[in-house]
Amino acid sequence: MTWAAVLVAGIGCYLLKLAGLSVPTAVLERPVVRRVAALIPVALLAALVAVQVVADGQRLVLDARAAGLGAAVVLLLLRAPFLLVVFGAAATAALVRL
Amino acid sequence: MSAVVRQPDPERAGIVRDSLGVGIATGLYGVSFGAVSVASGLSVAQTCVLSLVMFTGASQFALVGVLAGGGSPVSGAATALLLGTRNTLYGLRLAPLLAWTGVRRLGAAHLVIDESTAMSVTRGTTAHARTGFLVTGWSVFLLWNLFTLAGAVGGQALGDPRTYGLDAAVGGAFLALLWPRLGEPRTRLVALLAVAVALGAVPLTPAGVPVLAAGGVALLVGVLSRSER
Repeated sequence: MTWAAVLVAGIGCYLLKLAGLSVPTAVLERPVVRRVAALIPVALLAALVAVQVVADGQRLVLDARAAGLGAAVVLLLLRAPFLLVVFGAAATAALVRL
Repeated sequence: MSAVVRQPDPERAGIVRDSLGVGIATGLYGVSFGAVSVASGLSVAQTCVLSLVMFTGASQFALVGVLAGGGSPVSGAATALLLGTRNTLYGLRLAPLLAWTGVRRLGAAHLVIDESTAMSVTRGTTAHARTGFLVTGWSVFLLWNLFTLAGAVGGQALGDPRTYGLDAAVGGAFLALLWPRLGEPRTRLVALLAVAVALGAVPLTPAGVPVLAAGGVALLVGVLSRSER
């Protein structure tokens, strides 16, 4: 099943890219469509952050992952590059778990 | 092609240099995707196929993130596809600028990502836009896949990913992807509502559903809010 998700979503993502290069501009130029499309990544990414950090199955827990996210916030405020943010979050969580 | 005498074009050289810089910086973080993906339970082969075929970072992280949280492959794929819709919008902006048709368009579509779009939409001519798009797209593609493999193989050798805090790395990666979009009040509001909806749904719904439910916030706010500009 994981393979099916990998392949279906992978090919689907390619087709979404191709659609943008091929579809008549007028369809997606409508303001409502543009607004929703701009907001979807924001909503999904914010929800993913929350779920990744405090969900454990169907429970909400505060553990070392929250400390990792805190470190990520500090690094982002300091304008650290992506890699540093990601590994800074990991290193902080690892240190808290020692 | 070789018969064509190229005029010296300092602007083109600058575009190539900048695009390579972006390509290298972006491609390197394929290592974090590779490590996070195998830590989430995907095989090295599945991880590498994601980078080769899906080739859009946020969707890739989303798919493995949902699976790691115990979500079904269906909700993992749905989340990845929803995040992939922004590439459709990029394509719309790029189409008239790059002006490719046929097979070239089929090939170019694979390289439509955040970085290649950013490095081409500001160019004044089709030639310069194509240079920025192709140099950025290809350098990200090559390095992203190379470093995905490195991260996946290295990650597998490490053992339990939680010891190294790799489960926290996913949250950090998503936050870093989200961060530049939090500039205006409406996006901050959407982000906060999405967090509330997702966390509210966690105890009530199977894993994977909370993230999709939060996508409904974008739909609602987008439809209800007035067009400001």
